[in-house]
Amino acid sequence: MEAALKVQGLAKAFGGLTAVSGFDLELGPRDIQGIIGPNGAGKTTVFNLITGIYRPDRGRVSLGNTETTRFGPDAVARAGIARTFQNIRLFAQMSVLDNIRMAFHPGAGYGLWWATFRTARFREEEARILARSLEHLERFGLAGLRDEAAGGLPYGEQRRLEIARALATGPRVLLLDEPAAGMNPREVEELIQLIRKVHQDFPLAILLIEHQMPVVLQLCREIQVLDFGETIARGAPGEVVRDPRVVEAYLGEEEARA
Amino acid sequence: MLAPPPSPRAPGPWALRGLVLGTLALAVALQLMTEAGILPEVLNPYYLHLLTVVGMNIILVASLNLLNGYLGEFALGHAGFMGVGAYAAALLAARVLPPPSSLPPFLGPLLLLLPTLAAAMAAAAAAGYLVGRATFKTVGDYLSIITLGFNMIIVNVIQNIDAVGGPRGFTGIPRNTGFAAVAACTLLTLAVLRALVQSSYGRVWLSIRENPLAAEVMGVDVNRAKLQAFTIAAAFAGLAGGLWAQYQQFITPRSFDYIKTTEILVMLYLGGMASLSGSILGVVAYTLMMELLRNLLGAFAPQLAEWRMILSPLILILVMLTRPSGLMGHREWRWLRPRGRS
Repeated sequence: MEAALKVQGLAKAFGGLTAVSGFDLELGPRDIQGIIGPNGAGKTTVFNLITGIYRPDRGRVSLGNTETTRFGPDAVARAGIARTFQNIRLFAQMSVLDNIRMAFHPGAGYGLWWATFRTARFREEEARILARSLEHLERFGLAGLRDEAAGGLPYGEQRRLEIARALATGPRVLLLDEPAAGMNPREVEELIQLIRKVHQDFPLAILLIEHQMPVVLQLCREIQVLDFGETIARGAPGEVVRDPRVVEAYLGEEEARA
Repeated sequence: MLAPPPSPRAPGPWALRGLVLGTLALAVALQLMTEAGILPEVLNPYYLHLLTVVGMNIILVASLNLLNGYLGEFALGHAGFMGVGAYAAALLAARVLPPPSSLPPFLGPLLLLLPTLAAAMAAAAAAGYLVGRATFKTVGDYLSIITLGFNMIIVNVIQNIDAVGGPRGFTGIPRNTGFAAVAACTLLTLAVLRALVQSSYGRVWLSIRENPLAAEVMGVDVNRAKLQAFTIAAAFAGLAGGLWAQYQQFITPRSFDYIKTTEILVMLYLGGMASLSGSILGVVAYTLMMELLRNLLGAFAPQLAEWRMILSPLILILVMLTRPSGLMGHREWRWLRPRGRS
């Protein structure tokens, strides 16, 4: 099975501080894997490296046969990696519909002149984008909110919209950065169902960062644990969470906090 | 009348033809009415002049709205682009093209307007492209400084070119514009900008304003989008400049310095961000306010008229305090909204 996303020896330091050292990952085309670890372990940095927001010092990232290591974030997205953010980043003042519609920009089949003169081609493409966006919203139960400002939605729906928006780009790999952050147990349960459904309905692989153990335990085939930028354990989630080094990493954090 | 050339591959549907033909018909009708003395009969020259200035200012404010409203930057060089357009049109009209007196009376100005306005737009667009490139790595305050610097450079460069009159200004520009042409250009500008902001280009600009990083991870090439917005906004500022030069018949570099930019900004923020209705309303409200204050105060005592310079900023401050996002921020009048939306 060829990997959808392959990461080898990814490393990044900020000044003298090593954020990530030697991160490896092989994500199959329909895989779900997770990254866990205490705060500041470098999890989000890994996402930022994969999506081109940071340039890695060493290592490489490939999506299928395409090496994306040196791509900017927009090129990575067009290559087929979509992501969400730990602190939700919606286009707050735009409508729910427009949050989805803008995803179809790179594929919008008309140029500036077409838009300027509202040509037939332009109107056909706009109608197609509208239909696809509405269908997409319908799928995520957001169609009723199409004209609401995205920033005014309740928290859970903002999360859902952000995931829906990421999927609207038609990615091969979806990265979810702490999708359950700030959710109560019932909302977490709903989120797990949503991610399951996404995994069933869309032909993609998922990589998620999560603190909430139920999410990781129920969804991920394999997880790895990061601590101080290094992978300290890797394997099936049920086993990994009992690994003494992992327990220590988390307990150490608890003690430091107390 | 001024439409940029449609792409040869464009199918030329009724919407485009309707727009261009309608605007042309309106311009011709207005021009005929002016020539026949009907329009000056209905509207006295003072009102006609005010409306003409309002039209040019709407073009300036609505195009700046692309950058400051939709793209969410704070560009401070719009008068510079206007100046580039004004001088380009002036040079072409006064030095290259034949004087309007050598052409048939009605068609002459129209024939001269097309190339001069096209040149004004092209020159300003080129300047906008360069400034857009220069701002690639900057956002926020730094982008403001770059655009402000550009505005100052343009004014200073023109002041030092003797061939265009230097600081004394450019004189002897034929009067090829009037209310009719300005009205037509204003309508066309609004139609084009409306089409753009409601297309996926407009949505991309808005998304960059809302969250540039999220826009990027959605596949948006932010630099490219910025460049497009800068080029288009500058082109329309150039159009206003081209009209202005051929209306006033006399331009000086000083008419395009940061004071003019500030005036455009004030009208823009008064009207409201990311709203074409706001841009129209802002210009009309500001112009009306200044003129009413002049007339009202002047009616009491002529020396009071100067107080409008204190009263009008005061009114602006009051509007901003009560309506922080301007008169029409993020809202549109029904006729400017996309069809089929609430």
